[in-house]
Amino acid sequence: MTSATTPPLLEVEDLSVVFPARRGGAPVAAIDGVSFDIAPGQTLGLVGQSGSGKTTTGRAVLRLQAIHRGSVKLLGRDLTRMSRSELRGMRRHMQFVLQNPYSSLHPRMTIAQILAEPLRVHKSAPENRTRERVEELLTLVNMDPATMHRYPNAFSGGQRQRIAIARALAVNPDFVVCDEPVSALDVQTQAQIVALLQSLQEKLGVSYLFIAHDLAIVREVAHKVAVMFRGRIIEMGAAGQVYDAPAHPYTQMLLDAVPVPDPALQRERLRRAQPERHFPDDETARGPCAFGEDHALSGTSRWHRVTAEHGVSCRFWPENSPLPAHDRAMET
Amino acid sequence: MSDAARENVDIVAPAAKRRQFFLNGGHILLGLGGVMLAIVILTALFAPLIAPYDASATSPESLAPPSAAHWLGTDSIGRDVLSRMIVGGRTTLLITFSAVFLALVAGLILGLLSGYLGGLVDEIIMRALDIVFAFPVFLLALTVVAAIGPTIPNLILTIAIVYTPAMARVVRAPVLSVKQWDHVEAARSVGMSETRIVLRHVLPMVASPILVNTSLTLAQTIFTITALSFLGLGPPPPDPNWGGMVSESRQFMELAPMTVVGPAAAIVFATLTFIVLANGLRETLDVGN
Repeated sequence: MTSATTPPLLEVEDLSVVFPARRGGAPVAAIDGVSFDIAPGQTLGLVGQSGSGKTTTGRAVLRLQAIHRGSVKLLGRDLTRMSRSELRGMRRHMQFVLQNPYSSLHPRMTIAQILAEPLRVHKSAPENRTRERVEELLTLVNMDPATMHRYPNAFSGGQRQRIAIARALAVNPDFVVCDEPVSALDVQTQAQIVALLQSLQEKLGVSYLFIAHDLAIVREVAHKVAVMFRGRIIEMGAAGQVYDAPAHPYTQMLLDAVPVPDPALQRERLRRAQPERHFPDDETARGPCAFGEDHALSGTSRWHRVTAEHGVSCRFWPENSPLPAHDRAMET
Repeated sequence: MSDAARENVDIVAPAAKRRQFFLNGGHILLGLGGVMLAIVILTALFAPLIAPYDASATSPESLAPPSAAHWLGTDSIGRDVLSRMIVGGRTTLLITFSAVFLALVAGLILGLLSGYLGGLVDEIIMRALDIVFAFPVFLLALTVVAAIGPTIPNLILTIAIVYTPAMARVVRAPVLSVKQWDHVEAARSVGMSETRIVLRHVLPMVASPILVNTSLTLAQTIFTITALSFLGLGPPPPDPNWGGMVSESRQFMELAPMTVVGPAAAIVFATLTFIVLANGLRETLDVGN
């Protein structure tokens, strides 16, 4: 819970990324008006289908992706207004764990070299203590420090992801973007990596933006969950609230798609015809909403708070709920 | 850290321990190329010690046939063909190696800048190189040397300029894809400077095609430099060089065939060395399959 006294670690406001037009096509808005906060030591889970803009959001927050509009504030400093060298300095506070551990490690550098690199770049350990710190990092991610002179090809996927996590944590960052950190791993290894990330959060107080399409894993790790659809966040709230009382029909649909661990019940669920769901293609941050009201014109907010910590993309969701008597909606 | 967590440490996959080296065609070519290169370089380095006679010393017996004293006979003014062949390699190889080295350095700088930065920088560099690239290599070299004069530094510079565009392209193409690889993105997210990313994370990934192309360029350069010499635009006399020797001797070819065959064989051998080496490198480094 973000109390009013602790300012959020990361504040993202109205973030938009537009990919330039391919020949003969219109520019594509990959993400559009995304806003969220992350408190220190907390995890925001970002879920959604492939192509919904999850990874682009993660890259844009880290400023690895050119942004079209909006601001990203880390530790109160606006990353979007920084020079290249200032931004490089800020990277010691924010790190990145990529999806595929088979391609995210330099194949011709040893583990020791890979882990020493961030330390040298940010001068966060004196030259004569680098080796010590590398051993410490490997121990931190439950790896044998004796393996530090091997190349990445000597390790399994799970071990490589541990190394990638160790690299991200080398400079003691406050915030790490984990872009589908377990989706390239087998199920048992997934559980180990998730447990590792959680224990590291407890130990180091680091915040995560945890991007995943696996809803069960997100529920496991995230304090807050944001659901993305076509480049927008359509529902966001405390993990329990979003999972137990989804307000947006799209969230409901995602949750329904998760199989239940009961063969008889699961068969029954599959036999039942899924209700046809149409989600408006043109629901954008600007212009009329899914229900035809242009919130900008009518002066009402489109973001609707179901409860204090739980919001949904339009104040008309959930569909059946009557219009709120007093406008509890707030500015996004 | 709990002991339970410690148990999660996986043991290094056994497959990685068996580092296998199959002796395939590539390795044989590479070995052969290496031996040939050693012969070429050692001969050039120790030429004055190996050569039986002074390469410029004349003698009364001109156009002598091969004999125990003169293994490849003598040329029109009685100089020992074998000695001239051995010493002549020095000039040719000096020009070749220096020129290709310069082309490699220029190609690396231009290709990395162009490929990594992209955008306007890429456009400007590549269009400028296209202008040079548009001329046939030999014609361009011929024109430039004819204009600025056939001295050794001029020849080196000319050949370097002529081969730079091809080198830059070979560097640029793989950089375009490597710069988008995950480990490069990871390096960027760690906060490394762009220079460090290019040198440590991009360059090692594109080294193989560059190495192969360098070897091929060496072969072409030997050919170009001897051809220029043959046309009288090579290094000035009296120092012998292979192209010049073929040129001087061709009018006496029917009387003393070895005067032409000797240096021609040297040209073929040196060219072949780099082609064999390039093919060996290509197969072992798995480039261009």
